[in-house]
Amino acid sequence: MKLESIAIYNLRRRKSRMAFLVLGLLIGVATVVTLISLSGALTSDIQHKMENYGANILITPQSDNLSLSYGGITLGGVTVDAKDIQQADLAKIMTIPNSRNIAAIAPKVLGAVEVGSERVLLMGVDTEKEFHLKRWWSISGEPVTDDSQLVVGQSVAEKLGLAPGSKVQISGEAFFVSGILAKTGSQDDQLIIGSLAMSQRVLGKHGTVSMVEVAALCADCPVTDMVNQISTVLPNVDVSAIQQVVKTRMHALDQFRTFSLAIAAVVLLIGALVVFVTMMGSVNERTREIGIFRALGFRRSHVMRLILTESFVVSLLAGLLGYLAGMGATEAIIPFMTEHQVHVAWNPLLGGSAMLLALFVGCAASFYPALQASRLDPTEALRAL
Amino acid sequence: MPFINFNSLSKTYNSDAADVTALSEVTLQISEGSFVGVMGPSGSGKSTFLSILGGLCHPTAGQVFVDDIDLYSLSSEKRADFRREYLGFVFQSFNLIPYLTAIENVMLPLAVKSIPVDEKRDMAKSVLQRVGLEPRLDHLPSQLSGGEQERVAIARALVNAPPLILADEPTGSLDTGTSHEIMELFANLNNEGQTIVMVTHNQEIRTYFDRYLILRDGSVAEDSEDENKLLAKAG
Repeated sequence: MKLESIAIYNLRRRKSRMAFLVLGLLIGVATVVTLISLSGALTSDIQHKMENYGANILITPQSDNLSLSYGGITLGGVTVDAKDIQQADLAKIMTIPNSRNIAAIAPKVLGAVEVGSERVLLMGVDTEKEFHLKRWWSISGEPVTDDSQLVVGQSVAEKLGLAPGSKVQISGEAFFVSGILAKTGSQDDQLIIGSLAMSQRVLGKHGTVSMVEVAALCADCPVTDMVNQISTVLPNVDVSAIQQVVKTRMHALDQFRTFSLAIAAVVLLIGALVVFVTMMGSVNERTREIGIFRALGFRRSHVMRLILTESFVVSLLAGLLGYLAGMGATEAIIPFMTEHQVHVAWNPLLGGSAMLLALFVGCAASFYPALQASRLDPTEALRAL
Repeated sequence: MPFINFNSLSKTYNSDAADVTALSEVTLQISEGSFVGVMGPSGSGKSTFLSILGGLCHPTAGQVFVDDIDLYSLSSEKRADFRREYLGFVFQSFNLIPYLTAIENVMLPLAVKSIPVDEKRDMAKSVLQRVGLEPRLDHLPSQLSGGEQERVAIARALVNAPPLILADEPTGSLDTGTSHEIMELFANLNNEGQTIVMVTHNQEIRTYFDRYLILRDGSVAEDSEDENKLLAKAG
């Protein structure tokens, strides 16, 4: 029998006492694990949603003129002359170091076309990406799926008397209106939207695009870095970040993370207090026993080792069970927090941290009680009962 | 030099109301191999006497030597080592650890020694055999009778083969028949050369001692030796 075996025998033969100790710490650890994994899963869920919600980097042709347009009011001619962007160059964007943070690249070609007696702006888009990116677009009818289809903005539809199913002639070609874009209050209301390839052909802009919207967001890299990276691979264009969008999103994510960490810290503190109080109680309860150990010739350090061994075993168990319980709770809670199917990953780093955390909190909380125990006067201790 | 030497030993407890003198100027010697009974009414200083001899309680003045070691010049950790090497305690009401079996309780003083586990077990078994408790090695204290628990406590005091056994009211919670069995056990140990100092207020067991001290108000009021026993031992 070694000193450590005494601690093990004690825990094994007083199961309810040990269960209580483990439970106190387990609840603390489980709550922290739940909050962290929940906030992790939700952050990535929110991030995923935001990444897909509109663009935050704009690539436009280099132009020497300043734009005389704001909020839909244009003074003077729109300069769509400049050197257009070569569509083939866009592949270079995916070579930047932060390419994995790019959610979507949506190129567009713009040009005026004659529809009946009206001049209308035609925007050719990568249909799949564009409709995915512009989540706020609501289309009555169907979005564009092939080169013969168009989606028209509300204002255009009203002016030309178009409805889903209408036929339209542009530059002698017949098209079919698959859907009407509900009023957005933006310039989109004034557009006819078609596929990129078709628009390039109709506008005579083969292989070029007028502008590119890029949706990119990552929690740990500034968008300005990505702007610089894109400028490097595409030297002849203007690349700018839509700062307002970026800042708002980062702020929302930061706030969510800070909030969940603060709650986790409070819960952990409570867990530590529970362990401290329980350990303190357990030492008081064992005063006589400690007196016997001391009388039999155990040094103070032996008594401390005995109590800390117990805390170590209890903490290790609480850490392991707390991690499992926390992950279980996360799995159970997550369906109520988001409509998406969010995958809760078994993170070995979080598991290891939970164990270390439990060990640290458990041993730190028992250190003082153990010290108190070792300081007990053996005669006092023996007289205690 | 006698085995145990008390040199004008005093102990005063400071309490709120008044200082209580538990021992005053006690000077006495105990030689190796004796079986000394310490008796006296409650509050006479018996327990303090034993605590100080056991290295558990610092005296206010004076010195205690055991085997020429000045106990209270040692650090508290060294005194713990001294207790482990020199003393076997048999406490009042046994003081067994409730979650350890009989044999584990006996092995307790060996727990902090670096001896192979099997050897520790053999040592514990052999002392349990000596006190007549071999068949119940793996029972918890709660499953043993009072007399059996006392035997475990004695075995625990003996397992280290200490030069000195200190016993505090070992018959205090036993019936008369069992008391005598236990005292026989102590007497046998003493006959094998074991030095024993026992505190008791049980007059019936007085006949087992070869020397007894009566304490009154912190002083030795009577110190008598049983000539016949001493002669028998000498013979």
